[in-house]
Amino acid sequence: MQPALAISQLNKTYEGNFQALKGISLEVQPGDFFALLGPNGAGKSTTIGIICSLVLKTSGKVRIFGCDIDTDFSQAKQYVGVVPQEFNFNQFEKPIDILINQAGYFGIPREIATERAEKYLRQLGLWDKSHVPSRTLSGGMKRRLMIGRALIHEPKLLVLDEPTAGVDIELRRSMWDFLREINAQGTTIILTTHYLEEAESLCRNVAIIDHGQIIQNTSIRQLLQQLNKELFVLDIREQLDQCPCIEGYPITQVDDHTLEVEVEKSQSINELFDSLSQAGIHVLSMRNKTNRLEELFFDLVEKNLSGAENDQS
Amino acid sequence: MTNLEKWIAFKTIVRREIQRFLRIWPQTLLPPVITIVLYFVIFGTLIGSRIGEMSGLPYIQFVAPGLIMMSVITNSYSNVVSSFFGSKFQRNIEELLVSPTPNWIILLGFVVGGMCRGLGVGLIVTVLSLYFADFSIHSLPITIGIVLMTSLMFSLAGLINAVFARNFDDISIIPTFVLTPLTYLGGVFYSIELLGDFWSKVSMINPVLYMVNAFRYGIAGISDIPAYWAFAMVGLFSVLLFFVALHLLEKGSRLRS
Repeated sequence: MQPALAISQLNKTYEGNFQALKGISLEVQPGDFFALLGPNGAGKSTTIGIICSLVLKTSGKVRIFGCDIDTDFSQAKQYVGVVPQEFNFNQFEKPIDILINQAGYFGIPREIATERAEKYLRQLGLWDKSHVPSRTLSGGMKRRLMIGRALIHEPKLLVLDEPTAGVDIELRRSMWDFLREINAQGTTIILTTHYLEEAESLCRNVAIIDHGQIIQNTSIRQLLQQLNKELFVLDIREQLDQCPCIEGYPITQVDDHTLEVEVEKSQSINELFDSLSQAGIHVLSMRNKTNRLEELFFDLVEKNLSGAENDQS
Repeated sequence: MTNLEKWIAFKTIVRREIQRFLRIWPQTLLPPVITIVLYFVIFGTLIGSRIGEMSGLPYIQFVAPGLIMMSVITNSYSNVVSSFFGSKFQRNIEELLVSPTPNWIILLGFVVGGMCRGLGVGLIVTVLSLYFADFSIHSLPITIGIVLMTSLMFSLAGLINAVFARNFDDISIIPTFVLTPLTYLGGVFYSIELLGDFWSKVSMINPVLYMVNAFRYGIAGISDIPAYWAFAMVGLFSVLLFFVALHLLEKGSRLRS
């Protein structure tokens, strides 16, 4: 089966000789929910821009479901739907017109486009705003409008560049559900995001890009296995007069009823609880303090940064 | 993309362009109509009655074709330049760039949209001019042919201007410093017979002169220049501008980074 996306030796050098991409190669399989992560300026948006033809590559190959974006651009574009980071629709047009026109640019007859526009606007909770100028929509509504627009030609590959940026938690969760549903129906999804819990919650595979290079490309599960230690927050029933000391487990007292404990992957949480019980401390609840993927992300990016600095020196 | 899909894409762009200038009609349709009516009142009725005849025609009948052509030129140009640059500025041009619509369809869509406004305003002005001047059509094919080709040429020029424009100043420079002088010096208000030998020859390099005269010939049957010259020149420029505009779109100049 052809990969949904196959990128090979992709380079991009902007004017002023800034090299945004340094020969990246990447494959995304059909049906995947794939995260493309990286700090600001890492090359994520450039990669997405090249995939959807908004950025001209310097060299390399990009194939979408086997179609080369240079030689078979028409078919390649039919396969892709893109939700960009910035709002890029005519703010004076109505949502219904934006969707119907976008369908028209893909050669979809107006009657079919009108039906689909209604379907997606309803699914995205925008139907009651379908005939108002889109500039009057809230930020979250505008983001959903762009998702609807990207889906109007029913692409096999949906690319989302930070789709939930600036969206409140409730709306973000509903967008997650919507994207999961789209993915379950067979659409391959590539997502860039700064919310790493979003990637952890939604995606199965991940590539981390930094300074124009892929520094990690694996499954989320395998990536998380690289994590050596985790920081847990424990809510304690008793009032703590002093910070307990348990060998092998660095503990910090946050307040009278809260402790933070660092647990290495090789260590057992049961042992920690046994030791706390023996010390007369009863744990009411426990949670992970930091996002696991976030820790790894910082770790990898920092390693890459120090590696780059060493190379320069 | 099949031919049917291309046709749907083309219709979509043209429809959107028409909807755009109809939605903002107080900015797009009303001002040119008011301006031209003022021209008719001032140059045609008030001053024109003192001028008498020009090239054997009452002055108001002489200027009417020029004023109609002027409105077609400025509206064709300004519709495409403002719409295309507006799409670049708001980045909604990306809606088209990510689609499989070929560049020549995008180009034709915007150009036909510009022509619709140019010809629409031209038609309104023609109807209004009947209130001020009596005229009959000398040659319908020449009249329609030259007005269509002129509208096409200036729509193409507007698109090229919009591709190069980086800000709103850039879309007003050409209309202000090139288009307006060319139009005013293009025989709208006078016959080049009035100019000396030297300035008559200089005027011959002004393409607007050919269009205005050919249109005047189509309506009134008089012209300083043979009409076929105008068709040849406008046809040549249109072909040239079409390929320049297409090349810019294919290259992605100032559209794709």
